[in-house]
Amino acid sequence: MKVLIAVAEVAEVEDDFEIDGLAIDDRYLNYDLNEWDDYAVEAGVQIQEAGDDVEVVSVTIGPERADETIRMALAKGVDRSIRVWDDELESVDYLDSETKADVLAAVVEEEQPDLVLTGVQSDDTAFGATGVSLADEIGFEWAAVVNHLEYEPGSETASVHRELEGGVEELTDVELPAVLTIQTGINEPRYASLRGIRQAQSKEIAPKTLDELGLDASVTESAVTLTQLYEPETESDATLFEGGPDEEASQLADLLRDKGVVEG
Amino acid sequence: MTVLAIAEHRRGDLRDASFELITAGRDLADSIGGDLHVAVIGGEVGAFADELDREGVDAIHTVAEGEEFNHDVYTQAVEALYDEVAPDVLLMPNTVNGLDYAPAVANGLSLPLVTDAIDVDYGDTLDVTREMYGSKVETVVEVDADRVAISIRPGEWPPAEGTGDADVREFDVDIDESAVRSTVTGFQEVGGGDVDITDAEVLVSVGRGIEEEENIALVEELADTLGATLSSSRPIVDNGWLPKNRQVGQSGKVVTPEVYIAIGISGAVQHVAGMKGAETIVAINTDSSAPIYDLADYGIVDDLFEVVPALIEAFGGDPPDV
Repeated sequence: MKVLIAVAEVAEVEDDFEIDGLAIDDRYLNYDLNEWDDYAVEAGVQIQEAGDDVEVVSVTIGPERADETIRMALAKGVDRSIRVWDDELESVDYLDSETKADVLAAVVEEEQPDLVLTGVQSDDTAFGATGVSLADEIGFEWAAVVNHLEYEPGSETASVHRELEGGVEELTDVELPAVLTIQTGINEPRYASLRGIRQAQSKEIAPKTLDELGLDASVTESAVTLTQLYEPETESDATLFEGGPDEEASQLADLLRDKGVVEG
Repeated sequence: MTVLAIAEHRRGDLRDASFELITAGRDLADSIGGDLHVAVIGGEVGAFADELDREGVDAIHTVAEGEEFNHDVYTQAVEALYDEVAPDVLLMPNTVNGLDYAPAVANGLSLPLVTDAIDVDYGDTLDVTREMYGSKVETVVEVDADRVAISIRPGEWPPAEGTGDADVREFDVDIDESAVRSTVTGFQEVGGGDVDITDAEVLVSVGRGIEEEENIALVEELADTLGATLSSSRPIVDNGWLPKNRQVGQSGKVVTPEVYIAIGISGAVQHVAGMKGAETIVAINTDSSAPIYDLADYGIVDDLFEVVPALIEAFGGDPPDV
């Protein structure tokens, strides 16, 4: 069987940053594997380890820079990777989940996986929609926000827990082929071993263009356009204690004593 | 113009998001003059319709299919309702269940979808405000389409109140059972354990800023010294450093202590949902622009690894080496 994992490279923003037009200035961005996708990779690799004939393939929509992030997934046990990018995608400021789903659908068409895993959301745009949009697009069953997965390689059904709000989980059986969006905490993502990092260097990252996937530029057309990007105005009216750690701690201690909630 | 909002319920109760959707939907419908329709699918739809009949709702559609949420049923029902009502804006909640069907509905209906909206403005254009990069920036996206699907973030709009005079209509949908390929088999409460953080008067809560598992000992010592209870934000539980019953937030526990001391917690919206009801909130974080300060009554913008030991000592405790 084959597991396809959609892996995103995301930009993390430093505490202090500047905005340049409709983006954060690149100086303040650090690129990394999307946190949710790290758990999806682990879930996929665990399925691979539980079966004899399981191939795990990752797919990323992103520029060549993303290869570094993809190598991390390869070092953790992904067998090979696909990276989709071209000038058309490069020219789009704001890739919405519909576009991402359309591109991933074309990859699914080529790869014919039994199971697709991806993170619940990406840490940068936080749309949280790509996995379920993809499932609908390709006619797969799905489950969103999965924080527990029981699946035997080759089985026709996966049993999942979906993490609802308020400390409640929904128990659901999902027929394959399916897309599961993976919540953080579902497992403990492994660190890449030195051996894994070495092996990753020789694994394939296949670049693909929209054209090679049978898509044309219209796939990037979107009704959703980014028009403003700004730092939200702070609403803080907090009283800040100042004067160095000892003085600050002393003021907080006085406050807690005044409130009568702490003795001593 | 018509707005169609899809209510949400779980285990016999409508969820707050349903009433917030009514407020958001009414605002939108008012902005260019139109009707607000609300739909409720599954469960005791008659009783739900009575409860959803708040001021400003023009029509309520009840779909008696199933007891609990099933996305295969919801997707079919909402798509059929969409054909019936022909709304300009389809509103859904950006809850866990909303995330489980809204993208499928939008894709099935070829509607642009904007998720996790914190504001929606229908002027010359339809502008939706949302956050990116872990709430560090807000963005406005313009939707250039006649019809759109939007999921709205829980807690951003006040719940609708007042009694309405809506026209309640039963809506029959012919569910294609062959397309129902997932089965909800039950629910499970999580997080029990030895400590109930919802009972605590004082919570010392630790977040990602603690950096390493062994550093948790520092915050544990503070909690012990203060006679407080230790809780945490999500990443600490995800890492397995504290058990699930300690987690404060949307998917953890909602707490209302007298004092909540947030240490190394940035204040992501999912966390805030669980602790904003605390009487007094104290934040200790090096990032003065962290969203936790929007909520905090008192703050220390400094290194927790220096402040927390000093605080332990201020109460006569002995800080561990970390």
